Amino acid sequence: MATVTLAKALNEGLRKTMENDPKVLVMGEDVGALGGVFRVTDGLQKDFGEDRVIDTPLAESGIIGTAVGLAIRGFRPVCEIQFDGFVFPAFDQIVSQVAKMHYRSGGHVKLPITIRIPYGGGIGAVEHHSESPESYFCHTPGLKVVTCSNPADAYWMIQQTVANDDPVVFFEPKRRYWDKADVEMTGTAPMPLWKARVARPGNDLTLIAYGPMVKVALDAAAAAAEEGKSIEVIDLRALSPIDWPVVEDSVRRTGRAVVVAEAPSYASLTSEVAARLQEKLFYSLEAPVLRVTGYNTPFPPSRVEEDYLPDLDRVLDAVDRSLEA
Amino acid sequence: MPDPTPPAVTATPTVAGPELVQLLTPEGERLEHPDYAIDLTDDELFALYRDLVMVRRIDTEGFALTRQGELSLWASLQGQEAAQVGAGRALKPGDYAFPTYREHGVAYCKGVDPVTLLGLWRGVSQGGWDPHAGEFHLYTIVIGSQTLHATGFAMGIQRDGGDGACMAFFGDGASSQGDVNEAFVWASVFNAPMVFFCQNNQWAISEPLERQTRIPLYQRAQGFGFPGVRVDGNDVLAVLAVTRAALERAREGSGPTLIEAFTYRMGPHTTSDDPTRYRLSADVEAWKLKDPIERMKVYLARSGKADHDFFDQVEKEADDLAAHIRAGCLALEDPTPLSIFDNVYAEGSSLLDEERELMSSYLAGFAEGSHR
Repeated sequence: MATVTLAKALNEGLRKTMENDPKVLVMGEDVGALGGVFRVTDGLQKDFGEDRVIDTPLAESGIIGTAVGLAIRGFRPVCEIQFDGFVFPAFDQIVSQVAKMHYRSGGHVKLPITIRIPYGGGIGAVEHHSESPESYFCHTPGLKVVTCSNPADAYWMIQQTVANDDPVVFFEPKRRYWDKADVEMTGTAPMPLWKARVARPGNDLTLIAYGPMVKVALDAAAAAAEEGKSIEVIDLRALSPIDWPVVEDSVRRTGRAVVVAEAPSYASLTSEVAARLQEKLFYSLEAPVLRVTGYNTPFPPSRVEEDYLPDLDRVLDAVDRSLEA
Repeated sequence: MPDPTPPAVTATPTVAGPELVQLLTPEGERLEHPDYAIDLTDDELFALYRDLVMVRRIDTEGFALTRQGELSLWASLQGQEAAQVGAGRALKPGDYAFPTYREHGVAYCKGVDPVTLLGLWRGVSQGGWDPHAGEFHLYTIVIGSQTLHATGFAMGIQRDGGDGACMAFFGDGASSQGDVNEAFVWASVFNAPMVFFCQNNQWAISEPLERQTRIPLYQRAQGFGFPGVRVDGNDVLAVLAVTRAALERAREGSGPTLIEAFTYRMGPHTTSDDPTRYRLSADVEAWKLKDPIERMKVYLARSGKADHDFFDQVEKEADDLAAHIRAGCLALEDPTPLSIFDNVYAEGSSLLDEERELMSSYLAGFAEGSHR
């Protein structure tokens, strides 16, 4: 057991995968001597060398495109996209090449590529450094998408992701990089990668969140408890595919659901959850499924980002509206 | 006010310039070159001629099968046989090729059955061959993407102690893509064992070379820090010599080379294209005089190396290959509806398991097991 930040937990997880499998490579901008702008790859180049921890030229399509070739050759590249808003130069390689290669090859070519993306707002950053682009990737068949919300999941999920034979986009909640927790780093992973987690049990309503919004949801549930409301919080963890049985079992029981995410609501992962719940659980619902999300604007200047991002009060407002419906 | 479409400064399409490496003239005359000597046995020369004829026949059949409604599309390589055979035969076991969608000739050299290629054009697969078996990757249709894959693969060779090299194919149009230029940067700074093989066939669908570049393409390499060479792409001997040298250079750790194979796309971009809308037939006629097969035939005949029996025998083999292609094409089976879910993921997906079950139940509701 060790007390570590989420960033350090990722670092330790990556270190362990590199120790266990010589085919694992880390590649990206500033991942070497600097250790990444968030220090997630801190010390890895020193210990594993420049051939396995590769400072790449500054071109995201090149990072992903060469990772495809390395994977065809038998390596397991872990690519860092420095910030969420920088992934789009690589979008074509991810969507047209990475996602489809196994399908097109009739299963002959596996691409066990991990694409790490720090995402979301809340750190007062300049534009292109606070976005939540996960829905684009969830919409793309052939990709899998996961995100962690806490140091323990960060430590284990990154290892499970790298070990997976499919390409996985791994979203890291950058505003939670500095959150600390005790993490058990020995033994085996406490749960499968594709399982959603009941982060807090409850009976009156289900809050569904992922990544950076899990903490907000948990805080809201704690505040609601003081008013006698019993809120269940689900941390999705896997965004594509979603672990529907866990989500549906909860909402079937509580009859009420509020979905929380930083990303804009329109045609998004929160749309998908809401659509699925009404499709499968229409007759169990006591209230409309509500969403608390970023607005459908570009991510705003940082001085007003707290007005854009879902927070405790906006979540509680939705909880009240649902319970009163 | 500046002219928004400045005049071209490149050589006209039919003229390559004195830097062109050539070992066999369009008239079938054998030349020597100070940097690119080649010494082939008669059997090796016969084999190259045979390859050229076979590759053209694959193309002819692909075109005909499309016109007959058996394929939905075909990208013709006619005119580029020497570029592809020269490059394909320079590859050794351990070398890996990443093609565009037009490298039927390289596929042939790498031992991929042409019928397998037809699966893509008939719509029964999206490639589906095992790239590792022939060291020949799937076709790539998005322009230029494969050059990065090839470069990554070459970086893999550097890391696992392999002794091969990697070759990326692309065209003059692709030279404008960001991915191609990024691949040049990566290969250069990592000194990757790469050969960039550009078939400059003068046309990117309807856009001529001067819309892609204001300098000869091979000269682009200099700006990235590695050598570039322009070779007569209709001269199989020169292409073989130049590509062998570049691959050897890559294998011995001296880094990438850009080869510009100067050639011409004699046919349309694909069977859906109409080149009469954008180019002059006089240009095509001029390039017919530089035909890659004819010059090899003249050379073999005039030098007394081959006689009519040999040429007749090769034609017979081409006829047999054509029969194989036609029969194989017609025998390709349509995939089953449920196969659309196969191989989306290596480790499966709960979402697709659910969808497959839904489709299966839906289909089972029909008396014949299908609604078609």
